Amino acid sequence: MAKMTGAQAILESLKREGVDVIFGLPGGVLLPLYDAIYSSEVRHILVRHEQAAAHAADGYARATGKVGVCLATSGPGATNLVTGIANAYMDSVPMVAMTGQVNTNLIGRDAFQEADITGITLPITKHNYLVRKASELPRVFREAFHIARTGRPGPVLIDLPRDVTVEELEYSYPELHLPGYNPSTKVHQLQIKRAAEALMSAERPVIYAGGGVRYANAHQELFELALKLNAPVTTTLMGVGVFPEDHPLSLGMLGMHGTKYANYSIQGADLILAVGARFDDRVTGKIASFAPRAKIIHIDVDPAEIGKNVRVDIPVVGDARNALAELNKFVTQKPWSAWNERVSTWKCDYPLCYQKDESVIKPQLVVEKLCEVCPDAIIVTEVGQNQMWAAQFFTHKDPSRFISSGGLGTMGYGFPAAIGAKVGRPDCQVIDVAGDGSFQMNIQELATAVINDIPVKVAVLNNGVLGMVRQWQTLFFGERYSHTTLGQVPDFVKVAEAYGALGLRATKPSEVEDVIREGLASDKPTVMDFIVAKDEKVSPMVPAGASLSEILELES
Amino acid sequence: MKHTIAVIVENKPGVLTRISGLFSRRGFNIDSLSVGATDNPDYSRMTITVNCDEETLEQVIKQLSKLINVIRVSQLEPKESVERELAIIKVSANRENRPEIMQLVSIFRAKIIDVSPRSVIIEVTGDEEKVDAIERLLRQFGIKELARTGKVSMVRGTKVVQP
Ligand SMILES: Cc1ncc(C[n+]2csc(CCOP(=O)(O)OP(=O)(O)O)c2C)c(N)n1
Repeated sequence: MAKMTGAQAILESLKREGVDVIFGLPGGVLLPLYDAIYSSEVRHILVRHEQAAAHAADGYARATGKVGVCLATSGPGATNLVTGIANAYMDSVPMVAMTGQVNTNLIGRDAFQEADITGITLPITKHNYLVRKASELPRVFREAFHIARTGRPGPVLIDLPRDVTVEELEYSYPELHLPGYNPSTKVHQLQIKRAAEALMSAERPVIYAGGGVRYANAHQELFELALKLNAPVTTTLMGVGVFPEDHPLSLGMLGMHGTKYANYSIQGADLILAVGARFDDRVTGKIASFAPRAKIIHIDVDPAEIGKNVRVDIPVVGDARNALAELNKFVTQKPWSAWNERVSTWKCDYPLCYQKDESVIKPQLVVEKLCEVCPDAIIVTEVGQNQMWAAQFFTHKDPSRFISSGGLGTMGYGFPAAIGAKVGRPDCQVIDVAGDGSFQMNIQELATAVINDIPVKVAVLNNGVLGMVRQWQTLFFGERYSHTTLGQVPDFVKVAEAYGALGLRATKPSEVEDVIREGLASDKPTVMDFIVAKDEKVSPMVPAGASLSEILELES
Repeated sequence: MKHTIAVIVENKPGVLTRISGLFSRRGFNIDSLSVGATDNPDYSRMTITVNCDEETLEQVIKQLSKLINVIRVSQLEPKESVERELAIIKVSANRENRPEIMQLVSIFRAKIIDVSPRSVIIEVTGDEEKVDAIERLLRQFGIKELARTGKVSMVRGTKVVQP
């Protein structure tokens, strides 16, 4: 046992948990902790807004599979993290968020910069802690990291009153003792057998894979199973890349902006194997008419997801990797079937496409070119049309190279998340596919990228509007464009330059590839400003509340 | 349908908030909730009654089980368990109606725990129906104030709900 201050104990615990980077921004109550950071080996990246610290930790976690860590001061610093924490919660991202808090004797007295952050984040964290004594720190950190990364991952917040960080303690890292937390990893053999039998006897199976496959590192097992069964595979937005999209069995993404053939396959299936997915409304469309002829097998590590939105015939609780590996033991090779033929016909008849144009840059073209020039890039997205095009027109083949805010749909997520991803995987090209609206929500992080030499690339699909909302106004609100025109969008090239980044612009289709090549070749953070068609729509589309069968092709 | 669940939780600050927060966020309705110590000072026991369909009940149980501070969640079948609730009821009383009130109290094996010239306080223990029944009958005299504990419940026989 060693005597040390609370601040030192925090850093010692982070070291033991293998944390190599913290994204944060200091403040009054954090001075003792930041003083300890000053003489510590841990890398700290100073952001320009705490929301970005949370998103960067999130992007880092998604890119590396490790727990992302962020740090903010009490009061406004802590509340600035809230969107980022909620985002991580919705997408089950392992994260530990540390917040400063006023001295314990001031808590509850509306002290300067006091906010009840454990109360505020109660519904958006997997668990949270308010530490009251320095001696609790080792246990709390041990538990927090364990909870964040095991079972269904998620964010855990630790609130750190100032006096706790200066108080001394005898440090020892305790054994875990969490009697109320036993995430199930092992799967029930009987359920596996039932699932295997159903899969073997199904005539029209479809595998519907979500982010759980990625977190469980189960993509190889998924691949093996799909090939054995000759079952077409569709993924959710969170699952993009868990099955290679250039494979004949791939259906791409399903749901509101999924492919027609994915949605038709779901509606025609007699068996759906859902793995690590949660039947979100953006995926199912009108729930009552979702997969009307199908039995449903649902594999999920979180028992509460099973039966939450749809009735499940064969529930399998457990880790996706274990479950799929077990299933693979019980299924044998099935032949290419009439169902496969039907699905292939749909794939031929209804490909994802867009109207090419000689004079105006189509946003889809930018994404296609990015894929052509850099097929191995980690693609991070903002939210809106840009996000959907990035999912649709890039051929995703790797389970950890597509990073997007799915559950919360947070504009402003992409750029800081890209910074986090680049910090975690510096050898990869990391590209944020952005909208001009979203990018402006955390554009200040250009400073973070430049000063810390984090050469992320931003491809702005600059349409001058809040495109996705405008699309809905066009379709459902009689073209009444209430507050979706951004007016004078700032000159992103100049903005980039002002921060010391590289700024490039393409205004014609012929310039797109050159700008991409130049931007990706640079060793600086780079903003590529693509002036794109304003009224391009994301197509196809299942209108909100409609059934997946009612998917529409939209003209631009 | 009314359902009763027993929840063993760690005796830590904020646990009740986590539980009530979960109910409000997920739109589950709590009919009654009672909480108190157990024989082990590390744990408390809650008895929660909810009015919902079977599917919602399943979600309630699964979501509660996910909370880190929740050690155990058990549904208690009414037929297989004993249930008790306590109520204290302040009723207007005067010389004329007092005998009638006393009679009711004795029929229900309730107790009078406070007497004043114009009122009495009655304590009654029993299952929900019994407490409802005496409450209904006392209404004719004028109930001035009423406090109910909410239900506590336990499985009959040797089976236990323990951490
Ligand atoms: C923080 C936040 N505010 C508002 C929204 C609602 N919203 C969804 S998409 C969208 C438009 C996004 O515009 P832009 O970033 O320019 O992308 P585009 O759709 O044009 O590609 C808006 C406002 C949101 N998702 N997140």
